[in-house]
Amino acid sequence: MSNNNKRSKYTISVLVENKPGVLARVSSLFRRRNFNIESLTVGTTDREDISRMTIVVNGDTKMVEQVMKQLNKLIEIIKVSDVTENSVERELVLIKVKATSETRGEIVELANIFRGRVVDVSKDSLIIELTGDEDKIRAFVNLMRQFGIRELARTGKVAMQRGEKIVALNP
Amino acid sequence: MRGADAIVKALEEEGVKTIFGIPGGAIIEVYDALYDSQITHILTRHEQAAVHAADGYARASGKTGVAFTTSGPGATNAVTGLATAYMDSSPIVVLTGQVPRSLIGYDAFQEADITGITMPITKHNYIIHKPEELLPSIKEAFYIASTGRPGPVLIDVPKDITAIDVEYNYPKKVNLPGYKPNLKGHPKQIKRAAQLIMESERPIILAGGGVILSNASDELVKLAETIPAHVVTTLMGKGSIPETHPLCLGFVGMHGSKYANYALTECDLVIAVGTRFSDRTTGNVESFAPYAKIIHIDVDPAEIGKNVRVDVPIVGDAKNVLSSLLKIISYKKRKEWEDRIASWRTKYPLRYRKDDKLRPQYIIERIFEIEPDTIVTTEVGQNQMWAAQYFKTKYPRQFISSGGLGTMGFGFPAAIGAQMAFPEKNVVDVAGDGSFLMNIQELATCVDFNIPVKIAIMNNQFLGMVRQWQELFYKERYSATCLRCKEMRFDKIAEGFGGVGIVVERPSEVDEALKEAFEIRDRPVVIDFRVERLENVYPMVPAGAGLNQIIDGEY
Ligand SMILES: Cc1ncc(C[n+]2csc(CCOP(=O)(O)OP(=O)(O)O)c2C)c(N)n1
Repeated sequence: MSNNNKRSKYTISVLVENKPGVLARVSSLFRRRNFNIESLTVGTTDREDISRMTIVVNGDTKMVEQVMKQLNKLIEIIKVSDVTENSVERELVLIKVKATSETRGEIVELANIFRGRVVDVSKDSLIIELTGDEDKIRAFVNLMRQFGIRELARTGKVAMQRGEKIVALNP
Repeated sequence: MRGADAIVKALEEEGVKTIFGIPGGAIIEVYDALYDSQITHILTRHEQAAVHAADGYARASGKTGVAFTTSGPGATNAVTGLATAYMDSSPIVVLTGQVPRSLIGYDAFQEADITGITMPITKHNYIIHKPEELLPSIKEAFYIASTGRPGPVLIDVPKDITAIDVEYNYPKKVNLPGYKPNLKGHPKQIKRAAQLIMESERPIILAGGGVILSNASDELVKLAETIPAHVVTTLMGKGSIPETHPLCLGFVGMHGSKYANYALTECDLVIAVGTRFSDRTTGNVESFAPYAKIIHIDVDPAEIGKNVRVDVPIVGDAKNVLSSLLKIISYKKRKEWEDRIASWRTKYPLRYRKDDKLRPQYIIERIFEIEPDTIVTTEVGQNQMWAAQYFKTKYPRQFISSGGLGTMGFGFPAAIGAQMAFPEKNVVDVAGDGSFLMNIQELATCVDFNIPVKIAIMNNQFLGMVRQWQELFYKERYSATCLRCKEMRFDKIAEGFGGVGIVVERPSEVDEALKEAFEIRDRPVVIDFRVERLENVYPMVPAGAGLNQIIDGEY
């Protein structure tokens, strides 16, 4: 029992009816059940009436199983899947970093190596847009620290399983 | 037609006969519409009581109970009732008025975000944003409340929607893509369960409230007789098998009998049906049924594996699953195990001191012996546990108690609900003096509507159960548990409301008082039983201890 109970991060993909209050219901559930939520993203799918939430939770297998079962009980939740394994996970960050005439070139070069894009330039700062998985974003953010990060915004993760598997309404 | 009229018409279409509630500005249109309806409205004196009454109605009858409140304070008063129904999976629909849509969010007079407040204590809730959502939401609310694992549903209706014109087309079907209770039970798991049952030498059935909710009592009794296996019940499962049945060991857990707790500890197989393994039932889960494999049958997949490890999970409706199971198991004699249980039964019976003092256990025994068909509701505390121990429930839905939330003040209004469902039956609220005071105003409701509920107060002038814990675990430091009200006259209070009051001080007066009370059919009766003040509930498994670590009293 103990070896499959180790703590780690799980990514859960949730299809929900696109109705007011659904997000509140989900967050209320997490708070009440004492589930540890790391990030939560919401957006619509190809169908306007259905949204997708991607939820990253911290916990052992038993807790994640409970999270999924309890989510499933919410009336407006249509489908809950664990997509931790074998999936493409992406996150978008915007980083505003200090830039002087001496450092600007180096920052742009680093951004290029990470396939980031400069989306705003001002006298003494740059905004860089970057997408990627957690490791890539962490590495880039760490590199930028030396220049001075003035502001940072992350979207939280979205995920999709590779290959034939789909988490959709009528698979 | 007006939104309000559509609401009332929809309720009529749902077969609603009785509504409990209190009006107010935000729901006044609906009450106006109710004026022309055949539906009986019971005007309670507190919204908490209205919701408990709807809950009691549901628990007694199996039909969905309905309550109305106005917005703001009316709605927030309903919260305890909703949480109580939620914890015990009772199907109720509560309709609350809300301020007009144009004022929502502006802290208008009597505005409260009741859907936000009740999200974690309802199975589902609605706020009606558009008139066209009104009727589908009512349809869905009744469907959701009563299917799968039942529970309370709240519908919050802004006042302007009750006043404007809506087209009345009550849906025949619901469209809920995310809600599909699994009722069948997986055949493979059922087969595995049957196999375990056949292999088992010391099986025990643990029956919870789910058996009663799914009307699976007949199947449960048959299962017990076929295996054969003894049945222990949770508090909520009381009545799922007649407690006079030779295979029934009564209820188990913190105040269950020694023999029930020993049987559950020593068995090699637990067949758990419709129970969520509450901590009051299992004791310390680490030492729960240490030698046993566990089969868990429940309609709510989230309950399986939540509190205890499970060897065979079966998601499905108890009635369905038990019927399937019955087809593939057969009788096997297990003499040694039966003898063992029988010897525990004789060695450790439920008992209390029999002398000339007025003891609550005796009173409850007499209630059962004089009127065995009585529906019993309870308050919370010692009174509840004595009722659970000494009232030998004969049929499902006869014993009604707040198990999950443990709500003082539940029993009396729940009794009103049960009495409305069964006007011809006797309904007794076994009460504590502390609990009864929490909804005592409902005596007015009973007098107003000729509801002959009996309230049997086990009056110990204490918040007795808390006092018992203080005695046993806090060195008799009776902090804030003594209700210094020796002079208080519950009988006079009852009379003041227009009901009947009786005082009983000696065991010899018990029968006469009960018989007198059962004769009265048009008014509430309060019997103030002045019981032994320091009587404790035994046996007792201290919180967090294993089910075989039992404290016993002296006799
Ligand atoms: C609403 C509410 N408040 C507080 C409690 C905590 N509590 C549990 S039992 C109890 C004492 C109940 O006293 P009484 O109704 O007189 O019954 P007795 O135990 O004496 O039979 C209390 C205060 C509760 N269960 N419910």
